[in-house]
This record gives sequence, C-alpha cells and structure tokens, in this order.
Amino acid sequence: MSRIELDRVTVRFPVADGDVVVLEETSLSLTEPSIALIGPNGSGKSTLARLLNGLVTASTGRVRVDGLDVAREGRAVRRKVGFVFTDPAAQLVMPTAVEDIALSLRRHHRDKHLRRAAAETLLADYGLEGLGDRSVHSLSGGQRQLLALAGVLAIEPDVVVADEPTTLLDLANARRIGDLLLSLPQQLVLVTHDLDLAARCERGIVMADGRVAFDGPAAAAVAHYRVTA
Amino acid sequence: MSGDLLGLHQPGTTWLHRLPAGAKLLGLLAASIVVVALHGPATVVAELAVTLAVVASSRMGWRSLLRSLRGLLLVVAMLAAYLWWQQGWMRAVESVGDLVTLVLLATVLTVTTPVDEMLDTITRGLRPLRRIGVDPDGVALAFSLLLRGIPTTLKLADETRDAAVARGLERDPRARLTPLVIRVVAHARATGDALHARGIHD
Repeated sequence: MSRIELDRVTVRFPVADGDVVVLEETSLSLTEPSIALIGPNGSGKSTLARLLNGLVTASTGRVRVDGLDVAREGRAVRRKVGFVFTDPAAQLVMPTAVEDIALSLRRHHRDKHLRRAAAETLLADYGLEGLGDRSVHSLSGGQRQLLALAGVLAIEPDVVVADEPTTLLDLANARRIGDLLLSLPQQLVLVTHDLDLAARCERGIVMADGRVAFDGPAAAAVAHYRVTA
Repeated sequence: MSGDLLGLHQPGTTWLHRLPAGAKLLGLLAASIVVVALHGPATVVAELAVTLAVVASSRMGWRSLLRSLRGLLLVVAMLAAYLWWQQGWMRAVESVGDLVTLVLLATVLTVTTPVDEMLDTITRGLRPLRRIGVDPDGVALAFSLLLRGIPTTLKLADETRDAAVARGLERDPRARLTPLVIRVVAHARATGDALHARGIHD
C-alpha cells in the first residue's frame, strides 16, 4: 500500500473580508488499504481528499504520497493517485464512452488500434460492454459513474480517492459502485455519507469544523459520528 | 446548433467513415476557404446541394440531423432577419447559407471520425511546429474539448431556460443569460479539474 502523509497541513481560501480556514492544522499518515472520511457537509472532508492529488493546494504544511511532494511533484503524484468525482458528468470529457477511456490510455498506448482494444476491454471489465460508442450523456447515472471509475483506473493508479461517488446514485447502483471500490487492489480513500459503506473500510476519520474529530477503526468512527452528528 | 450530433461519432462503413481523418480535416479547411471566398446566391445553392449530398452519403440519419438542427434554425432565422434588415436579402442568404454549409460539414466530420483519431491526426500534423513552441498534444486536446463543449453548452442553455421558465422568468434575459455564463465557466473549471485529476496533459 502507498503511504500518504499530511504534515501540519492547513487550507485557507481568501474571501472578501479575510481568509476562511477550511482545514485546520492537520497531520495524518494514511497507510491502510481503505480509509473512510466521514462528517457533516462543510467539515473539510472533500478538501482533505482533494489535497491528495493536488486539486487543492495546502496553504501551509506538506502532503506527500510515497515520499513525493504533491506541491512540487504533482505530475508524478497524479499518476499515482486517481480521483473519482461525485458527479461523473464533470469527469467525462470525451463525447463517447470508449473515447473517454482512450483519452486516459494515450500515455500507455500510442497505437490507436491497441488503445481502442484496451479501452473496449476496460469497458467490458466494468460491465459496460456494447456501450463504447454511446454518448456519455445517454448513459444512466450508474453507467456514467462506472465509466468515470474505469477512466481513472485506466491510468493504473496506486491510490483511488473517491469523493462521495455514490451520492447521486440509486440504491442498487450505489451498492454496485461501493462493492467495486472496496474490491479494488488499490488503496482507497473514500469520502462518503453512506455510513454502511464507510463502516466496511478499515480505518475511519470523522471530520468536523475543519478538524479531525475522531480517527480509528471505521466501525468505531461511524459509531462516533452517529452519536455526535 | 446541431448539438446532438456535433462532436458525437457514429460508427459506420461509408466512404466518409473510411476516409482518413487528415483528409477530412483538410477537406473541411478547403471547403471553408471556398465558402468564404465565393459570393452570390447561385454559389450558396451549389454549396448547399453539394453539402447535402455529402450529408446523405454519411448516412447519419436525416431525422436525428433535423432534430439537432432545431436550435440552429432559431439562430439562423435571427441572423437572417438581422442581415436582411441591415444589408439586404442577398447578404442574408449568402451568410446564412455559408453558416449552414459549414455547420453541416463539421457535423459530417465529427459523425464519421472518432475523436481519438482526430486527436492523433492533429498531433501528427502539428508535430513539426514543436520547434517554434507549439504543443501538438495540447492543441489536439483543446480541439476535442471544444467539440465536446458545444453540445454541453447547449444542454446547459436548455437547463437554464427550463429553470427560468419554472420560476416564471422566461421573459427576463438576465435570468437566462447570467446563470448560463456562470454555469459554462463552472463547467470549464470542472473540466480542468477532471483533466488535472486524471493526470491528462500535465
């Protein structure tokens, strides 16, 4: 598993009358195969997750993934850390499903026929066979999230960070995506409001008001959150 | 514009599908020059006739094409009325004919060419310009994102119009335009985040 380290990290955003602190000074070492980040809206979960591949930059402190500094070696870090967004529509940037996967594969396969074949294989691996030439707009929510996940896994990351990946899905698709994420060989950092899903992770971190309010086994973290929420 | 089809590849076996992407891009470039260079209503009729023959041979489906063109027809009607009022009917026919011709030809290009193939072609074509600082991968990606952005922007415009209507503000241009601009900018930022997160073109 990868080693993700946050060393006295804070995140502030400028507003009209000063700065707003969205993440207070936080130090964490994440080494477990699956880590759930839970807590109320605005508690800093997504900010913490976005720090891990440089979508948000730390105002102070350092974030490292396997020794790579996210701020200085962002390119190398992003090859290690894939990010799944809440809304897959924001993540899919090509017109059709197969073209979106192929975009992720351009670095690995320069030959277009090999790339297309690899993309088709990946689609089939995630239950999207036969949908390659469909517009990403015409796919169902569950299919779009599967496609977004396949697009991230195509870059062969060591870590998958998923920011509320089941929030927009119905029960069956949420379960499907949740099962899939937890079965991945990659290290998983999962931001979620689905407490049943969070409890299946190894470690749970409860965020509140931009701070870590609890850090321990996931089941205990969920129990803590249920009491304090 | 032809939002449903522009930017969306439809697999097929027609001669246009088999033609290399580079030839089609050069063809579109040549057609654009011809369309802009030639003037007169007779030329417009000839352009449209040839273009419709090309559209027919792509077998993209007239019904989906016409459905896609509904949005374009509104723009065309407004443009035609304005040009007729300002510069006369000949200028209106010519400009509108040129616009429809180029949109149809661009639609044929995207319908018959996978974006991936287009990216490869543009990257290859621009490679000699690397010496003067041009980034071929970046230009190719920008081109494909532009194509993807057209139907997305039209979808956002539809949603924004529906939201304005739902609030009884259908006659207020600010209620339609301001949220649309904000949502398009937000979408552009989200696309940037998505590319960044996927490590594409770092």
